[in-house]
Amino acid sequence: MEYLLATAIGVMTAAGIYLLLRQRTFPVILGISMLTYAVNLFLFASGRVAINLPPVLLNQTPTYTDPLPQALVLTAIVISFGMTAVVVLMGLGAFLSARTDHIDLARTGDQAEESGK
Amino acid sequence: MNHWIIAPVLLPPLVGAVIILAARYQVALQRVFSVASTVALAGIAIGLLVQSMSGQIGVYELGNWPAPFGIVLVLDRLTATMVTLTALLGVAVVLYAIGSGWDKRGNHFHALFQFQLMGIFGAFLTGDVFNLFVFFEVLLIASYGLMIHGGGAVRLRAGVQYVVYNLLGSTLFLFALGTIYAVTGTLNMADLALRVAELPADDTAMIRVAAILLLLVFAVKAALIPLHFWLPATYAEAPAPVAALFAVMTKIGAYAIIRIYTLVFGPEVAATADIIGPWLMPAALVTLAIGMLGVLGATHLGRLAAFAAIGSMGTLLIAIAPFTPQATTAALYYMIHSTLAGAALFLVVDMVRARRQAEDDAIAPRAVIAQNGLIAAYFFAAAIATAGMPPLSGFLGKLLVLDALRGHDLVWLIWATILVTSLVAVVGFARAGSMVFWKVEPAPEAASPAAPVAALPFVATGGLIAGIVALTVFAGPVTAFLSDTSEQVFDKQAYIDAVMDTPRAQEAEAANAAGKPLAYYGNTEGSADKADAESTTDSQQEKTE
Repeated sequence: MEYLLATAIGVMTAAGIYLLLRQRTFPVILGISMLTYAVNLFLFASGRVAINLPPVLLNQTPTYTDPLPQALVLTAIVISFGMTAVVVLMGLGAFLSARTDHIDLARTGDQAEESGK
Repeated sequence: MNHWIIAPVLLPPLVGAVIILAARYQVALQRVFSVASTVALAGIAIGLLVQSMSGQIGVYELGNWPAPFGIVLVLDRLTATMVTLTALLGVAVVLYAIGSGWDKRGNHFHALFQFQLMGIFGAFLTGDVFNLFVFFEVLLIASYGLMIHGGGAVRLRAGVQYVVYNLLGSTLFLFALGTIYAVTGTLNMADLALRVAELPADDTAMIRVAAILLLLVFAVKAALIPLHFWLPATYAEAPAPVAALFAVMTKIGAYAIIRIYTLVFGPEVAATADIIGPWLMPAALVTLAIGMLGVLGATHLGRLAAFAAIGSMGTLLIAIAPFTPQATTAALYYMIHSTLAGAALFLVVDMVRARRQAEDDAIAPRAVIAQNGLIAAYFFAAAIATAGMPPLSGFLGKLLVLDALRGHDLVWLIWATILVTSLVAVVGFARAGSMVFWKVEPAPEAASPAAPVAALPFVATGGLIAGIVALTVFAGPVTAFLSDTSEQVFDKQAYIDAVMDTPRAQEAEAANAAGKPLAYYGNTEGSADKADAESTTDSQQEKTE
């Protein structure tokens, strides 16, 4: 279980970073989503991996799993969901207004003609 | 419990919501609400500052839950200083935005501005690292909206870069927090300080990783080389009032470094003492050099101001890196100064832009602009302050930094870097200023744009410059206060005691010792009955199961 979880986090992080280094907006956004999935799993695992245990302290069960990472993950999921929506909209806006989805800005030499904002 | 501590976090979102819901289409009404809120916030912040001067650390327990179980807001001298600085900057920025008409170029400027203030105040006040992450996100999501305010292809594309970079920073922040929680089992700063100090010496690999990850996150915010790439395009393309407000955003990274790396991973913690300062200092030196070289090489005024911001962060982090009280005093003085000077510079650049054709900000001779003399004087003052020339506070700030680092191992390298980069900055600013304000082309009469005549932008920018002058004139009392501040910052036991040993925490301990649940609002006595009630529900549950 630990190996599976650790491998999943590692592979998703690697894929996320690879996509993040691409030139165009869409793969970059995918890369960010990948990274947020990886970090959500990582946060979840930071409370130790426990199977079949309740996240609350009950009188009849002596063991429980730590509820705090689950609350943290919930917050992180909500925030990353909102942020992804924002970056998709901004990427779309940039593509529609500039007619290109390259992440890089034009070099300083071309700035003169561009600066009519 | 002093409820004023939470006021800076509560007032802006309430006003922001009112602006969105009730004053959506009335710009005049939005302006009234926004200015009223910002001025009220400045009043509250000054009140909190006066309160913090007594040296007592104020703690606000949200929901009356004692730390480390609940989230706390902490008000000490450092927090109060930063909150006051932000609030005063906020007044100048909102006045400039109104005077220059920037707030009418798109929708919801004032609402976003209020949410941005909420995030900044929250990040300064919170005493919990996960809550710090949440407030970072609040201020970031508002800043995304502000950054692309007014639209335009270049601004949108620079905005996408900014968002992507900061999302990556947020992800890194979460990784760091996950590691910290996995090692220590807590996220409250005071509790973390206790637990990290107690870690066994041979089991520190994970916490060292977490400390470095966290430093990287704050370095992204503080635009430390090599994590500064988001800053030049963002600051140069952002609307000027927003760029001026962003002058305090880099300082949030510096504040977080001071707070976390004195309190949690302080210089006396053996696990991390040898990795933070020795890495921060060279990076800060390179940051300063790159920033000031950027000032010299900039072809546009916006870029010039952005690189000046990077350079000033370099000086600031040089003063932070030794983590001694004297150097931190110098850092705090320079932090106040560079926030005001950086913001003033962005506003002056925008005044030039607004008076040129097609909002062109190239450092090249153009037709003479309206009010050339006054704007040139403002630019001169802001440039002197940023470059660190006498008589303004930049000079005093750099002097304090140089003096504080007298005993450092790398003293000659540091002194040489600061002094040479100051010279480079002076040359860069002199070149830009003479090119823009003196070498003007004869004005083509017909094509000259209608000059904006509003007085408010001059008042706002002049206010910032007056702040710099005041900081210079009252340098004595200010440094005395900041010296007390940095002493309080390094007295981590006082902070831990203030947060962990509140009246409410003592109450909880007494209740725990007596074997009763903690009394809460509306139930001050019947704790025994409540325990009975709980056991009956438990037995009922057993039956149903």
